[in-house]
Amino acid sequence: MTQPAYDNSAPKGEPWVWFTSLGLIIGLTMVAGLLGLVLINGFSVFWAPAVPTVKLSDGTVMMGQLAQRRVRPDSPASQPKYERQYQVGLRELNGASYVWVEEAKIVQEDFATQTMGLERMENGPAFVTPLAFVDAAGRRVPLTKSTFEALLNEVERASEIRSELNAIQRSKIGAVNAKMELARIDLRRAEDRGESVLEIKAKLAALDMEFNQLRAQSEKVVAKNALAKLEARDARGREVVLPMSTIVRAWLPNDMSAWDRVCLFFSRLREFLFDEPREANTEGGLMPAIFGTLVMTVFMSLLVTPFGVIAAIYLREYAKDGVILRMVRICVNNLAGVPSIVFGVFGLGFFVYVLGGSIDQLFFSDQLKYNNNTPVFGTGGLLWCSLTLALMTLPVVIVATEEALSAVPRGMREASLAAGASKWQTIRDILLPASAPGILTGVILAMARGAGEVAPLMLVGVVKLAPTLPVDMVEPFLHFDRKFMHLGFHIYDLGFQSPDSDAARPMVFATTLLLIVLVVCLNLGAITIRNRLRARYKGASF
Amino acid sequence: MNPSASRIKVQPATESEGRKDYIRIQDFGFWYGAKKALDAISLDVPEQRVVAFIGPSGCGKSTLLRNLNRMNDLVDGIRHEGDIQIAGRSIYDPGIEVISLRRRVGMVFQKSNPFPKSIYDNVVYALRIMGVTDRAILDEACETSLRKAALWDEVKDRLNDSALGLSGGQMQRLCIARAIANRPEILLMDEPCSALDPIATGKIEELIHELKAQFTIVIVTHSMQQAARVSDRTAFFYLGKLIEYDTTEKIFMNPTQAQTEAYISGRFG
Ligand SMILES: Nc1ncnc2c1ncn2[C@@H]1O[C@H](COP(=O)(O)OP(=O)(O)O)[C@@H](O)[C@H]1O
Ligand SMILES: [Mg+2]
Repeated sequence: MTQPAYDNSAPKGEPWVWFTSLGLIIGLTMVAGLLGLVLINGFSVFWAPAVPTVKLSDGTVMMGQLAQRRVRPDSPASQPKYERQYQVGLRELNGASYVWVEEAKIVQEDFATQTMGLERMENGPAFVTPLAFVDAAGRRVPLTKSTFEALLNEVERASEIRSELNAIQRSKIGAVNAKMELARIDLRRAEDRGESVLEIKAKLAALDMEFNQLRAQSEKVVAKNALAKLEARDARGREVVLPMSTIVRAWLPNDMSAWDRVCLFFSRLREFLFDEPREANTEGGLMPAIFGTLVMTVFMSLLVTPFGVIAAIYLREYAKDGVILRMVRICVNNLAGVPSIVFGVFGLGFFVYVLGGSIDQLFFSDQLKYNNNTPVFGTGGLLWCSLTLALMTLPVVIVATEEALSAVPRGMREASLAAGASKWQTIRDILLPASAPGILTGVILAMARGAGEVAPLMLVGVVKLAPTLPVDMVEPFLHFDRKFMHLGFHIYDLGFQSPDSDAARPMVFATTLLLIVLVVCLNLGAITIRNRLRARYKGASF
Repeated sequence: MNPSASRIKVQPATESEGRKDYIRIQDFGFWYGAKKALDAISLDVPEQRVVAFIGPSGCGKSTLLRNLNRMNDLVDGIRHEGDIQIAGRSIYDPGIEVISLRRRVGMVFQKSNPFPKSIYDNVVYALRIMGVTDRAILDEACETSLRKAALWDEVKDRLNDSALGLSGGQMQRLCIARAIANRPEILLMDEPCSALDPIATGKIEELIHELKAQFTIVIVTHSMQQAARVSDRTAFFYLGKLIEYDTTEKIFMNPTQAQTEAYISGRFG
């Protein structure tokens, strides 16, 4: 059958389908690419690859794991020349942990089975050929495949001793120090007022003695393992002696089963999630940052939800419609578009200096006077971070709540009023429960934005390394005045402020991955709650 | 006698003469902004009787009904003249609070509007907001009003389930139960059956018959059959004016006004 000449309608719509779907495809590809990049780079941090011993044409030998391979910038595009980056470790001997070599200069590359990888407390990892180790009792044991287990036991012992030491130094000595600090303030106050200082001095002396005892105790703990060490040779044949107390982990990268590699992967992942950072944050775990991010986000949500909901109720239910109301709405909406750093500056200028300063003047004036003007709330901290982000995300909650309130069917409102309820009773008993899912959607959006925000936090209380957590077992348990660590800031710090940027690079990806996972988890949690609520208010009608 | 009216079965006239007038509407006019919706309405509703408001849509039936419990106060720019008295007292008396007025005048809406709460919480809502917390009183009120609304047997085993899981007819009966739970004196119903199937409609009409013993009922309806079946007196409105108000029998069998007859015989509206 022939088509009439004028009928060209059929294919007309098709190109637009393709054109519009193209936009979606590009977007999805970019998201998938981003996630893929972060996933691969992030997880490779925990994976232990084989470690080659590399001989170069100029005679140098090195041992290390391959970090990157790239085209040399000066090579012609038609005949690309590659160069490789090896992580050779042993920073104290080699000067730098990472070394670039031209691929053309590599003459030999072999994977010796006795090569050993070591993670250490300081100076990055080490890749060595082990000779022997000395255990805690001072016995020297030559290292063979069969004595490797024994070495691992020694490493385990060393880590137990480290945590024992940590318990003494961090918690006990920390507590004594805090008490001494307070006692010194008391002393200064008493001296200033001309009161009797004998009692305080006695207390100080007692604390001093306790401190010395603890120090002696910790020295004893250290001495328990002073003899244990590992003797080895590096790639160039230099002798390396490593005290056992500095070794975190040991593995044989060229002589381990796939299962061992997986175990090592998860052991590192566990450390990453649950331990504290080492080595200027480039190694170890992120627990304080994860915890800080969580606590801050939760506080922020707890602050922003009531503020936002109350404001929205006023705007939607009580305020008279008019020019002023419309202006307020425009302002609220524009607030959502203000760059976050502006909120940071506001937080610093108003919350920290004005509010925090006044709180210190009012409630902590003693502390200021007798503690070298050290501020309590007059400096950045958890409270001010949460408040600043709450302010920043306020418009999101207000807009969502207003929309949820106006979406409640008019019939429900009328039914409540007709039953003799006052306006407030109607809002409390009918409107708020019915709009709870919508409000929670707003809170979810606010949390997603708040959890990932970094710029304002740098001004109002996030730090690179916090000695304590914002929530702990010391009274009053919640320390709103403390500074804390945050994943977003951690990424920035690793990426731009790290002394060893090569070592920090993989951690940047791992931390990014973690931040993404954390935000997704927070959102999933909130979405689950919302769906529960929604299910409660929905029913099959008719 | 016109042919369509003869098909309508009119309920036998009950005497309202002996009863005192419970609601008195006197020269009542009402404006939405500049638009006049009601014009000089005067009408009395006797105690414990059912009065039906009929008329083409837009003639002001709902407006008048919603003035009886001052629901129209929610609309901006309204104005009224004349007066409405309930039990001898003006509802616009500054001494009467709107909230207490609405507690005495229950309302059932055209579209059933249960709260997204359990059946139980829906029924006792009015009592709860009055501050009743005694569980025994609430339970008792819940059962009696659900029984009165002929819903008790259907829902007694699932009082704590969401009210939104009920069928359309059940929801409307739930709304009736909710409206009578705090024992109002007057029940206003604005086309309560317009979204229901005939069986559910039948149930609600039966219900109105029974509720008449305790409440004074004003019902707006689109269906003349329904007005004929349930009401004692019928008011016919047209373009914001009360055209005719008399016993239902009289309105349907022997209307005095030509417009009423035209409407009843289905010639317009
Ligand atoms: N909230 C309102 N604002 C303005 N005009 C209204 C409002 N409600 C009703 N009206 C107008 O008042 C007139 C009567 O309406 P209504 O009482 O709802 O009629 P009926 O219930 O008889 O169909 C209609 O012309 C309608 O447009
Ligand atoms: Mg109507």
